[in-house]
Amino acid sequence: MYNMTIEELLDKYPFSLAYFQDNKIEIEGRENLTFNEYLDSLSSEYIEDMAIDKEVLLEGLDLFIQQMNSFLEVEEDKGIYSLSILPGNNKSGEREGFNELTIRKSEIVSIVGPTGSGKSRLLADIEWTAQNDTPTGRTILINGELPDKKWRFSSNNKLVAQLSQNMNFVMDLTVMEFLQLHAESRMVVDIEGTIERIIQQANNLAGEKFQLDTPVTALSGGQSRALMIADTAILSSSPIVLIDEIENAGIDRRKALDLLVSEDKIVLMATHDPTLALIADKRIVIKNGGISEVIDTTKEEKEILHKLEEMDLYIQQMRSDLRKGNILEND
Amino acid sequence: MNLVIFSGPPSSGKTSIILKTIDAMKKRNLKVGVVKFDCLSTDDDILYEKAGIPVKKGLSGALCPDHYFASNIEEVVQWGRKTNLDLLITESAGLCNRCSPYIKEIKGVCVIDNLSGINTPKKIGPMLKAADIVVITKGDIVSQAEREVFASKVNSVNPKAMTMHINGLTGQGAYELSTLLYDKDSSINSVQGMELRYPMPSAMCSYCLGETRIGSDFQMGNVRKIDLGDDYV
Repeated sequence: MYNMTIEELLDKYPFSLAYFQDNKIEIEGRENLTFNEYLDSLSSEYIEDMAIDKEVLLEGLDLFIQQMNSFLEVEEDKGIYSLSILPGNNKSGEREGFNELTIRKSEIVSIVGPTGSGKSRLLADIEWTAQNDTPTGRTILINGELPDKKWRFSSNNKLVAQLSQNMNFVMDLTVMEFLQLHAESRMVVDIEGTIERIIQQANNLAGEKFQLDTPVTALSGGQSRALMIADTAILSSSPIVLIDEIENAGIDRRKALDLLVSEDKIVLMATHDPTLALIADKRIVIKNGGISEVIDTTKEEKEILHKLEEMDLYIQQMRSDLRKGNILEND
Repeated sequence: MNLVIFSGPPSSGKTSIILKTIDAMKKRNLKVGVVKFDCLSTDDDILYEKAGIPVKKGLSGALCPDHYFASNIEEVVQWGRKTNLDLLITESAGLCNRCSPYIKEIKGVCVIDNLSGINTPKKIGPMLKAADIVVITKGDIVSQAEREVFASKVNSVNPKAMTMHINGLTGQGAYELSTLLYDKDSSINSVQGMELRYPMPSAMCSYCLGETRIGSDFQMGNVRKIDLGDDYV
């Protein structure tokens, strides 16, 4: 790498352009130099002004290229098909009430329990791939094996994506620009096709359709959630999605979960909502900082779910009628 | 004693992260103390006190806060030793985004938040680029996409650092950070003679010396003029 000119570097590793841009390195017209030569050619005044540290930048480029390469490799093998949780202890030091919980790709497990019971700790254990080295003493396995350290330490390969109620878009961009930026940061090859697919899926989830030139900050609550879910399903690098409640307004929650599952995600969902809790085939009950039980959703509960979904539908119908200006009637 | 230097833009969540992290270390029986550096005023010392953490604060007042840090860090280290700390954390706000208080051989942590905008990693200088660990906060209120884009921008200006997402409210991730801060083998007794990772900006102009009047007649020393091009005449 050190012997290559900037031009050769960009040719072999097109993503290195982001490194130059984000570090405000003006390479235009000087692509025939090696990066080392480029740095040596800078005046000491410029170096001081721009707060440049040559060695750090050189070493950084090398690391950046290595990281991006390994990131692209991970993309290709799509490596993760299961997540296992081995029990630890609750806050009182008692052993958790299950033996081993394995969640496979395209499976949904819900998490129930009072606020403050230890959901954050469970999520953190998964994110950090705990190895009996966190306060709960849990162990996390990936594909049935002790996980690679990269899940802890690399910034681009994060194991877990999170979706929660409080999330907002804060960027001042249109839907199109926003998705483009995300796709670029993920080094997607077919950016246009990917964006189209996300929009289509998001519109399929949201009650109200939106356009590509709408600013993300102007989307309604339902539209925002729909876009976040579609984007996480299709563009996020993380194989595991942790959901903290999906509010039942302006979005088809069943379809949202179906989408995540169809994109091969492992889905964990903390919820107080009976419909969501029962959609999952299993639910984790958290008490006093530990998992007290893992329950399989019973046949009877699935029947109850059916009723709940009818009620949800009924409410949604009324909402949409009211919005259209209709007068509600008893059937 | 171990020393760890925290810095980050104002209101990025440094104090919350440090409090949660120290809380996560409680079981390890380590004595942790904090020295907070700020410019005009801070009440964060009260928060630390409330949590039972030995704390001192230093206000730089009319001086550049990072210069003030560099002039006082050795005294602060000696205070930490006298207080029998196992781990001393210093916290300082990077005010002009150019300085960084990090010292070679001493662990440096930069705290930066998702709300600050995706171009912020580009704008922050050595405070972010020279950090060993970058903690990204406020991830619970922005979308997954923004978190990923933000983290990738951080990564491209500092590929060497380990990036962590920590929630300063729930403490999710703070335990993990706490495991990285204390290391028996990196004990120090003094920082005398150690070097800053990056020189601070040099400015010695009339305004540094108290000049208040505007205009070329009153400007001396290290003065630089903005380049507006020729097209405005």
